[in-house]
Amino acid sequence: MPNIKQLFRNFTMKSEDHFIRPNRSSVFRAIVRKEFTDYLTSWRIIILLLIICLTCIGSLYTAMESIKNAVNQSEEAKQIAKDSFLFLKLFTISDGTLPPFTTFVSFLGPLLGIALGFDAINSERNKGTLSRLMAQPIPRDYVLNAKFIAALLVNIVLFISLGLLITALGILIIGIPPTYEEFARMMYFLLLCICYIAFWLNLGILFSVRFKQAATSALSGIAIWIFFSVFYSMIVQMLSKVLMNPETITSTAQALGRQELVLNLMRLSPNYLFSELTNTLLSPSVRSLGPLTMEQRVGQIAGPLPLNQSLLLIWPQLTGLVAATLICFAISYVLFMRQEIRSN
Amino acid sequence: MGEPIIELNEITKKYDNQFAVDHLSLTIQKGEIFGLLGPNGAGKSTTILMMLGLSEPTSGGVKVCGMNSTRYPLEVKGRVGYLPDDLGFYEQMTGFENLVYTAYLNGLNKQVAEKRAMDLLYRVGLLDAANKKAGKYSRGMKQRLGLADVLMKDPEVIILDEPTLGIDPEGVRELLKLIKELNEQENITVLLSSHQLHQVQQICDRVGIFVKGKLLAEGNIESLAKQLFFEDTLVINVTAEPVSQALIEKINQINGVNRFENLGDSIEIYCDFDVTPTIANTIIQEGAKLYHITKKDYGLDEIYHRYFEGSEAT
Repeated sequence: MPNIKQLFRNFTMKSEDHFIRPNRSSVFRAIVRKEFTDYLTSWRIIILLLIICLTCIGSLYTAMESIKNAVNQSEEAKQIAKDSFLFLKLFTISDGTLPPFTTFVSFLGPLLGIALGFDAINSERNKGTLSRLMAQPIPRDYVLNAKFIAALLVNIVLFISLGLLITALGILIIGIPPTYEEFARMMYFLLLCICYIAFWLNLGILFSVRFKQAATSALSGIAIWIFFSVFYSMIVQMLSKVLMNPETITSTAQALGRQELVLNLMRLSPNYLFSELTNTLLSPSVRSLGPLTMEQRVGQIAGPLPLNQSLLLIWPQLTGLVAATLICFAISYVLFMRQEIRSN
Repeated sequence: MGEPIIELNEITKKYDNQFAVDHLSLTIQKGEIFGLLGPNGAGKSTTILMMLGLSEPTSGGVKVCGMNSTRYPLEVKGRVGYLPDDLGFYEQMTGFENLVYTAYLNGLNKQVAEKRAMDLLYRVGLLDAANKKAGKYSRGMKQRLGLADVLMKDPEVIILDEPTLGIDPEGVRELLKLIKELNEQENITVLLSSHQLHQVQQICDRVGIFVKGKLLAEGNIESLAKQLFFEDTLVINVTAEPVSQALIEKINQINGVNRFENLGDSIEIYCDFDVTPTIANTIIQEGAKLYHITKKDYGLDEIYHRYFEGSEAT
């Protein structure tokens, strides 16, 4: 093989001219690209993505069928549908056989997030690739940031494509195109889903930095997920029974205050925050997320809120969710930067 | 020779009030092969991590290629290749892809990266396995792929942490030959750590013995022997018949002979410098029959062993 000999000779001449000073952003992109490819080729993620796609499409399909039946009854129904944000109902209603899309996302989303993040760092450490990676001229945080970005990209691709697919299917099956506002609300909703999963993703990454064993970090992540999606609301309900006991409440103000307290306790759970967020965005008729007295409702005309008002309403919840995400990321960042690189 | 490429100046690393590395000073010259020898847990890996700026010394300074590793780790890592002891590759990627990925991390473009990856795979003898998943590589193949990986960045210095760990003797021989070649042909400075003395002895220009965070001695094999055993540098083993009292007297009078030990079938003479011909002459003049006379050189094993004997006694 004369070619190889030629190559070999080229190599042995020190190839100074080939050596380019590392361009930081291209290096970062290389890591992101590799991590993204890893995600897309790993069975774990493929299976999860398939489950999410299938359940979501299933629930959307049942929603579409029931909407289609209602709309096709008369021309009048079509006009009413247009005014009442029917398109958004795709995400929130169901005919009882399958839970609606939002429920699926709030339940399966965390699982996806944890699955994307739980072995980000510790698997590299256990396989011995971390020390090799760290010996390359890249800043240490590139590894963590790139893994986060790659997982986020998987998320974004999944939800944007799901969202657009649904719009297309919706138009085809129902026969009514979404209005501009419906489309905008849908896009915000997808963005919310991405934020929500980003929180769980960062929790997974945090555990992957903290725990040396991938199994430990996966189980801790899943424990938190189950706690918030099943047990937390039970605990708060038990508390609220005690707090809202009519015998101990003496005034309206007190009742309101306690109701607020219970609500705020609920809001400590990311799942509850997500459900408040999606409800407000997808049902424009939701006007308030707290208790309202009869006096406040007097003279109120039932009608949908405009988009910017809905957004204003969910602003605190959204900030809370993003803050939780950032806190998780910040903790894992600090832990990772201070950790010893060696595996034992 | 003569230009220092790695300079450690009184570096110390403390873990929970225990010294992992204790005021270590060491200079390695450009173009040499230096062996860092020591038992497990002596602080070899910690020292290496500090050289790469992956671990911060508690005190003291590290300079590699003239740059402070603690302050400019990226610049140092761009010029230094490091083969960790717990080497691992991305198992779902082929050997070739693993190398190309490393090249990207070093800022090489696709063309250069792929060409160099092929060259290096050829060089380490893995061309046939280039498109095999790295997860399927044997330990020896992984180690050779590791060497190729280290060379992807075209380094000035390569640091190999226990490179011969867990490979069969033939594999070790090939790996060491490869390292020696790299050193000779491309003038790459090599620092390798090991606890296997024979192997280090074969290729190292200089070695440093490193125990409990301290460098006990450094130099080439001969000078190490001198440093550690300033007396009785040389042992001459003689088998002769008969060993009479007069003969022993005579030998003891030879200039340079310190001590004398009768092992039964042979005698061992400890001396300061090489007096083998004089001893042989003496034996023959005394009318004894000389069957065997050898000069015993200290291998690293001997040095190592004697050092530990010494340290246990004190």
